[in-house]
Amino acid sequence: MNVETAGPSLDAAASFHRRGPAGNFFLFCREKPLGALAAVLLLVMVLAAAFAETLATHDPIRTDHEHTLARPDRTHRFGTDNLGRDIYSRIMYGARVSLAVGIASTLLGAVFGGLIGVISGYFGGWLDLMTQRIMDILQGLPLLILALVMAAALGPSIENVIVAISVPIIPRAQRVIRASVLAIREFVYIEAARALGVGHLGIAFRHVLPNTVGPFIVLSTAQFGSAILVEAALSFLGLGVPEPYPSWGRMLSISAAEFAQKAPWMVLFPGTAISLVVFASNLLGDAVRDKLDPRLRGV
Amino acid sequence: MYIYLLQRVVTAFLTLFGMSVVIFVLLRLAPGNIVDILFSSAGFVNPAAKEEIARELGLDQPIPVQYGRWLRDIARGELGKSYRYDIPAWQVIKPRIPVTVELALFALLIAVLLGVPIGVLSAARQDTATDYLLRTLSLAGLSMPSFWLGMVIILVLISWLGWIPSMTYISPFEDFKAHFLQFLFPALAVGYRSSALIMRITRSSMLDVLREDYIRTAWAKGQREWIVVFGHALTNAILPVVTVIGIEFAFMIGGLVVTETVFNLPGVARYLVDAILWRDYPVVQNLVMFIAIVVVLANLTVDLLYGWLDPRIRYGVR
Repeated sequence: MNVETAGPSLDAAASFHRRGPAGNFFLFCREKPLGALAAVLLLVMVLAAAFAETLATHDPIRTDHEHTLARPDRTHRFGTDNLGRDIYSRIMYGARVSLAVGIASTLLGAVFGGLIGVISGYFGGWLDLMTQRIMDILQGLPLLILALVMAAALGPSIENVIVAISVPIIPRAQRVIRASVLAIREFVYIEAARALGVGHLGIAFRHVLPNTVGPFIVLSTAQFGSAILVEAALSFLGLGVPEPYPSWGRMLSISAAEFAQKAPWMVLFPGTAISLVVFASNLLGDAVRDKLDPRLRGV
Repeated sequence: MYIYLLQRVVTAFLTLFGMSVVIFVLLRLAPGNIVDILFSSAGFVNPAAKEEIARELGLDQPIPVQYGRWLRDIARGELGKSYRYDIPAWQVIKPRIPVTVELALFALLIAVLLGVPIGVLSAARQDTATDYLLRTLSLAGLSMPSFWLGMVIILVLISWLGWIPSMTYISPFEDFKAHFLQFLFPALAVGYRSSALIMRITRSSMLDVLREDYIRTAWAKGQREWIVVFGHALTNAILPVVTVIGIEFAFMIGGLVVTETVFNLPGVARYLVDAILWRDYPVVQNLVMFIAIVVVLANLTVDLLYGWLDPRIRYGVR
């Protein structure tokens, strides 16, 4: 509230703008080398997903009954599955499905939860009280169980899987954004806006909302990893992304477990892909959080 | 203390009530009528038989009445009928409860025994090689899908040790050692992930406490390291850890859903998946409600433990 606490952060903001995007990026790389490494790894995965057609060596859906459960070799880099489909190509195309589902459900849940958080935190009172109780209820159910029931209730399709994964994210996003709104609400510039006669909605969305970007980014990077894991678990149980789309979780489904002994590559490669992406997003999430919002450390 | 206790219990009941509404509404969203789904695999269906089932399920009643009946049945402990097995659902669930509870407690034990000491060590050695190694290991635990970890464990057991884990359930009274081994590996797969979360919270909570003045005083008077760290610091840093342990216990049920499937253990969590896949919705509704009750009870226990561990909370000081 007072000048002393506002001073340093204004300085930081000024130097942030002076350095420009590239300068800030290099500063981040120097201070958080692991976080930067994770960002590069995620970028590589996104590129793999974007250029799956070029990178893939085979058609990911075409079955080949002559070469089922083939060992990894020159033609099939990661081997083939029980239907003779090339695992390397499926992982490339699977990146597309898994990352798209992860990003879409994280954004959907975080944006929706964030909006609820802004409204609930800014207006307070009984609206806030009611929202908090509803969020408690949603958060009370284990994440995977809620997603599982949602997926079952909505039926199998890519859109429904995205919705099913995003719903458990809403209460978590809402909580984080609301907490930062409660702090922002007390700042002097909000009072100034009110004195100038800006309406409540104007203040909430033009003055409060833009200042929650930091926590929003922190929250989204953290939730992205968990969204990928939930997608994998849903697909593993047969309630995720339906055929013919190859998703990493689907590649690990129960049929892969059956052939795991004969063809361990069927299990090892897709699982490694999932673990790497989630590991990178957790690492990046930690680094971004330390930079943007040290108060959230350890949460 | 009694007021605090009463407040917690009332909140728990209200939350459960809310959860029951959410679960009820969610399963009404399912496309198609439950009766149609039950009969969809049967081919030709006698309309009279359909109506009979609808009446049995109370589907001919208005929605609020259906909801009221469901609550009444749950309060009486009636969990409805499993249409898959054609016997009361409770008879299917009951023998499965000990399996899930044993697995959850075993996994929680592993998670706490790994997570708390590692978190303390990591905080006491902040920013050293040990700290970085332990943090990377715990982050890896959070990044691997627990069902995949389970599959890899099974693969390693088979191909390196030549030991094939039993794919059928072994009772502890038959062969205790085999039973123990059967539960050890799934518990490790689930516990590793939870231990990572517990480790992170323990570490950050310990780091806060280790900077307090009274810790510096303890160092200054020449107290030994393990007494400062475990005696002075951990006792005050443990509160947030207890919350996470409580929440983790409840959320472990989510992890068990997949782990029980991978290791072929006949538990409640796996039955939920089966019931969903068979579209045995009356059972799904009751099982999810059952899980909600377990979660709320776990949270309530944590709240009460909190009041006991931290005397400030008892008097309503915030």
